[in-house]
Amino acid sequence: MKNENRGWSIAAHISMILYTVMVIIPFILLISASLTDQKAIYANGFSFWPSKFSMAAYEYILSADSGILRAYGVSFFVTVVGTALSLIITALLAYPLSRSIMPHRTFWMFIIVFTMLFHGGMVPSYLVWTQLIHIKNTIWALIIPGFLMNGFNVLLMRTFFRNTIPGELIESAEMDGASEFRILRSIVVPLSTPVLATIGLMQSILYWNDWQNGKIYITKPELFSVQNLLNRIMEDIQFLKTNMPAGSAAAMANLPSESARMAIAVIGVLPILLAYPFFQKYLVKGIMIGAIKG
Amino acid sequence: MEHTVSASIGSTQPKKKKKIDFKRLWPLYLMMTPGILYLIINNYLPMAGIFIAFKQINFSKGFFKSDWVGFKNFEFLFATNDVYIITRNTILYNLFFLVVGTILALACAILLNEIRNIIAMRFYQAVIALPNLISWVIISYLVFAFLGAETGFVNNSILPALGIDDWIMWYMEPKYWPFILSMVHFWKSVGFSSIIYFATIVGIDQSYYEAARLDGATRWQQITRITIPIMMPIIIMLTLLSIGRIFYTDFGLFYQVTNNSGALFNTTATIDTYVFNGLLGIGDIGMSTAAGVYQSVVGFILIILFNYLVRVIDKDQALF
Repeated sequence: MKNENRGWSIAAHISMILYTVMVIIPFILLISASLTDQKAIYANGFSFWPSKFSMAAYEYILSADSGILRAYGVSFFVTVVGTALSLIITALLAYPLSRSIMPHRTFWMFIIVFTMLFHGGMVPSYLVWTQLIHIKNTIWALIIPGFLMNGFNVLLMRTFFRNTIPGELIESAEMDGASEFRILRSIVVPLSTPVLATIGLMQSILYWNDWQNGKIYITKPELFSVQNLLNRIMEDIQFLKTNMPAGSAAAMANLPSESARMAIAVIGVLPILLAYPFFQKYLVKGIMIGAIKG
Repeated sequence: MEHTVSASIGSTQPKKKKKIDFKRLWPLYLMMTPGILYLIINNYLPMAGIFIAFKQINFSKGFFKSDWVGFKNFEFLFATNDVYIITRNTILYNLFFLVVGTILALACAILLNEIRNIIAMRFYQAVIALPNLISWVIISYLVFAFLGAETGFVNNSILPALGIDDWIMWYMEPKYWPFILSMVHFWKSVGFSSIIYFATIVGIDQSYYEAARLDGATRWQQITRITIPIMMPIIIMLTLLSIGRIFYTDFGLFYQVTNNSGALFNTTATIDTYVFNGLLGIGDIGMSTAAGVYQSVVGFILIILFNYLVRVIDKDQALF
């Protein structure tokens, strides 16, 4: 019996080590490519160890005219402001629906759940946000359409409020004359850090990783996020390759070099990699809260 | 808790006729206003906007003033081969991802559970969940580092090692992509989805296993006779809920990872990419809008249907 368990354990370790290596390998190729000299890349392609080491790509990124620092700023702004607004608007909708004194709760819940079932689709959404709201080419286009609030998060937060905050606590605060806003701010929010952290985390990742809103609503390069900048570079390369097979060298020269592109991707993924060890445990908790929805 | 409170209030004051007490409730309505407004603009107006699928979209006249054409856009769409290709791709990819993805995630969770060293287990779990947090744009760069024609690792290092001298133009050859996209999808999602299964396994009562061990059951028997049967309800629920969403694809996978290469249309176009390309002016906007409505309507029916099935089996797991 002991031996059998050990056999399973060893097999499990081996499989997991293989899996881990498979996860890490692409990142190593990316980082190595960003540190390789441009000529060496053309000679040998990308490899897992720089055949000729060079920091030129990172020097290019840090130079002001690459536009990357600006895109970085846009990404950070969108992530921080978007997440904050997202938490506020979600909590403001979830709290009243968690209160038993609120009438017509079934109706309001239906209004929310229905948005999770039926979608108008991309084209009508685009029309509403551009023709009615005129959000195109503003920073808000990266924050508001589609992402600011979703039914799932509202349900998650409402369930948490209902199940973990004692009704007596809210009742007694009301007796003491606290306003609803005061109750939300001073009682409900401080007691709800787990769900706020979970949703905040999911929203931050969503905002940092988003490229779709930028692609649809942003045409001004100064409002590009890191993801959109990377996307644009890749598209320009594809465009030049398919449309000017020969003699495209001059046009290609204006684009960042192969290693610089890889370096931009490295710094685009860096914040997630650096923050991951710290938020990893909340992520696992968050998945479980999400899975066991009320 | 709530029950006791309402019961005590109910006993002290006689129940009044239900009338909305605005004096007390206005702050709550005020709180809800931004959220409800957002749902109206972001969700309900676009639902109403489906009418444009019945118009001949004319950019110079503007969307709202374009002429009505009835079902013409749908007729055009269903007259093409495109609608067959995008529907086939959407459904086949989703089914394959669902079946193989579930098996892989489950296997991964069972293996994680065999690891007794907590630190090692946590480390593996953290690493394998990581790809799910990487954006599709970055993943498209990772894939490009392997598959790029002139500089990619595969063409420069792997193929020569295998004795193949010709480069493969990966982004021009549709036949490889079902395999590539599946690899990328599983790379991104399996570790993450195994977390739910793992948590369920950890929660299984250990006395089942102790009893089985006393009866001389092997580890394999314990897995197939105890773990998997106990997991079955959650596997079925998650599967049914995913089938309900079979008309929607993980858009970034099919758009970014393929670099939206037109040459790959046959094996990589899905309903989502078709609509998106139409919106951005690469395809036909009228047909794309019709395809979007086709997706919304069929998708809605499927979600309702499969959610109903889930509800029949276990009410608590259903979405509504």
